[in-house]
Amino acid sequence: MITLNHYLILGAVLFCIGLYGALAKRSAVAVLMGIELMLNAVNINLLAFNRFLTPDKMVGHVFAIFVIVVAAAEVAVGLALVINIYRDRSTTMVDDFDWLKW
Amino acid sequence: MTNPVIFWLIALVVIVSGLMVVLLKNIVHSALFLVVTFVGVSATYVLLQADFLAAVQILVYAGAVSILLVFGVMLTVRGDIKSSNLFNRHKLSGGVVALALFLIVERIILKTEWVLSKNPAPESTVGPIAEAMLTKFVIPFEVAAILLLVAMVGAILLAKGEGKPQ
Repeated sequence: MITLNHYLILGAVLFCIGLYGALAKRSAVAVLMGIELMLNAVNINLLAFNRFLTPDKMVGHVFAIFVIVVAAAEVAVGLALVINIYRDRSTTMVDDFDWLKW
Repeated sequence: MTNPVIFWLIALVVIVSGLMVVLLKNIVHSALFLVVTFVGVSATYVLLQADFLAAVQILVYAGAVSILLVFGVMLTVRGDIKSSNLFNRHKLSGGVVALALFLIVERIILKTEWVLSKNPAPESTVGPIAEAMLTKFVIPFEVAAILLLVAMVGAILLAKGEGKPQ
């Protein structure tokens, strides 16, 4: 019997994997991949809550759609930024993005 | 209810490919495993009876986002591709933070008493989603459209390198 807890734990595992990728990777593109994993985990949680707590309302689905919209916008702008920085500095390593250092 | 074996199989695929995304040293392989993760998450949506979102997941994530990321890799990586996706100096501390967060969340999930509903899920979610989107959530819907437009214009401007001294 698969209950709500199984889906929530799956979401938590995926979120923490994504968090690890976002925190510990050197390449900015890999950091973006980690963020995508985290957003997917959030969507799993939203849909699991919608399915098990209020299956007759569609609020979780609508929220998940908005998360997907924001994720698509975020990855497009993020990659444009990475490409622009690469043109300037010839690197995509996050540690080298240090303009704001005082 | 769904067969537990199917759930465990899909969960295994999602978690293992998610780990591969983070742990592999070649960023192209990471991007390919990211597609596997997206398809696995889409299968989870099917188990949760969210047919429309499963289709959107395949289209937007496995189709568009992964292609964008592969383009980002192709346009920027230089040097040895075999070691293009290494860890920074936070390899250990980042792992500790992620593990601690997981343990906390897992405790909270297992301790909470959920008020489960016995109502059945609708056969198809497309109609109810459309109804919710165009009545109760029509303002956020329009705002999301504007956000996509702004992001598109911004991405084009940034990637073109407008205003850069030549």
